[in-house]
Amino acid sequence: MGTLLEIKGLTSHYGRIQALKGIDVTVGEGELVALVGANGAGKTSLLRCISGVQPISGGTISFDGKDITGLAGEKRVPLGISQSPEGRQVFGPMSVEDNLRLGAYIRKGPTIAEDMQRMYEMFPILYKKRELPAGTLSGGQQQMLAIARALMARPRVLLLDEPSMGLAPLLVEEIFQTIVTLKQAGTTIFLVEQNAYAALAIADRGYVLETGSVVLSDSGQALLSNEKVKEAYLGL
Amino acid sequence: MFAAFLQYLFSGLTSGAIYALAGLGFAIIYNASHVINFAQGEFIMIGGMASATLVAAGVPMPLAITLAMIISMAVGVALEKFAIEPARNADVVTIIIITIGASIFMRGAAQIIWDKEFHSLPAFSGEIPIAVLGATLMPQSLWVFGVAAVVIVALWWFFNRTMFGKAMLATSHNRLAAQLVGVGVKKVLLASFALSALLGAVGGIVVTPITFTNYEAGIMLGLKGFSAAVLGGLGNGGGAIVGGLIVGIAEALASGYLSSAYKDAIAFVIILFVLFFMPNGLFGKRGTDRV
Repeated sequence: MGTLLEIKGLTSHYGRIQALKGIDVTVGEGELVALVGANGAGKTSLLRCISGVQPISGGTISFDGKDITGLAGEKRVPLGISQSPEGRQVFGPMSVEDNLRLGAYIRKGPTIAEDMQRMYEMFPILYKKRELPAGTLSGGQQQMLAIARALMARPRVLLLDEPSMGLAPLLVEEIFQTIVTLKQAGTTIFLVEQNAYAALAIADRGYVLETGSVVLSDSGQALLSNEKVKEAYLGL
Repeated sequence: MFAAFLQYLFSGLTSGAIYALAGLGFAIIYNASHVINFAQGEFIMIGGMASATLVAAGVPMPLAITLAMIISMAVGVALEKFAIEPARNADVVTIIIITIGASIFMRGAAQIIWDKEFHSLPAFSGEIPIAVLGATLMPQSLWVFGVAAVVIVALWWFFNRTMFGKAMLATSHNRLAAQLVGVGVKKVLLASFALSALLGAVGGIVVTPITFTNYEAGIMLGLKGFSAAVLGGLGNGGGAIVGGLIVGIAEALASGYLSSAYKDAIAFVIILFVLFFMPNGLFGKRGTDRV
């Protein structure tokens, strides 16, 4: 299993505040890797750096063996890096269908319509509401739309930022079930979550982020039974 | 009575159509960047001045018009590349001030390149007025209505039926998400300036046979287009069109029934009224977000 995404010594600043203090993370082809940590630990910053929408002050990011550290964000999507962002960020006034179609903005040809069908099969509620403005969807439906939109780019690695945030427990379970299904279909996933228990339970490997640094990394199961993780994140 | 009213209405609709095009120009740039481009009026002036002087120099009219549109778009692109883009990390207010500076610069340059005289363009299909229910309508006014309608339909098609148009809309709704699906927001910004400049130029060209133009004609047209955009709700394309027609008709009626001295004041009274009593305009979105 080759390494798909490799991050080395990554640092990033918001003005004078350092959000990331030298992060090393790798994601292998076909893996489901979880990154857990408290609010403000730098999880979203890391994902935004990977997508190229937040400036990096040091370190490197390589994708499929190629250095993409200086590559503009919009040029990373065609390489296969696609993100479902924190807070869903759907195009509120535009229809569900337009949102999905824009997910495939970088693609051309008839396969787009086929993928759209696949998304509707995976999330039937989106098909029912395809002509409605995305902003009228419930939180859970918007989350499904955000994930489906990211998948429409046919990513080689799917970045998921807090997919369970603000959702009712039943919906959280549904979203995580979707993530497992995607993984089983062979999608490489880098999952960022505050919900450490649910994320580590389905992950092959996990990283724990604290105030901008990776403090622990191990297999998902090992992290789940790690005393420090239990105490700090699982409330056990 | 009715004939006079109809006469005012025709003249109001004619200038209203131009304000609508200018208002759409404001809306497109505002949507792409949240910047209000106070050089929008200068695009109108450049369209009018360039076509008028080219025709006067003996260039056939269709070619002159095409060239004037290209020149105006080139100016719009240059404005974005050399004045707006280098300041992309600055405050929106700073960028707005840059556009005011750019508009002063363009007026100065127009004085040097052309002159301070008024210029005109021959009417596209003659000057024989058409009698309508006791009022008269100039054929050029029909050109203004027709061209404005075609431009509006084309814009609607662009923003609702083409992928790049949808990407521009998507960027205005959520810039981060647009970047994450691979939309190049720099390209969107550049396109918004080119498109707004084109709209301004088209308006300036079709109206020049009626109103004439000179190096500072853009000030008033720009400000009235701005009133149109504010009245309709900043960033709302349909609103800008309705706003433009209302401003045009209101000022034509005011100058007809009150005094022509008040003509230019009307647009500003409308701006003040909107800002005091309905800051979101007629169709603007409310300033609230679901979190």
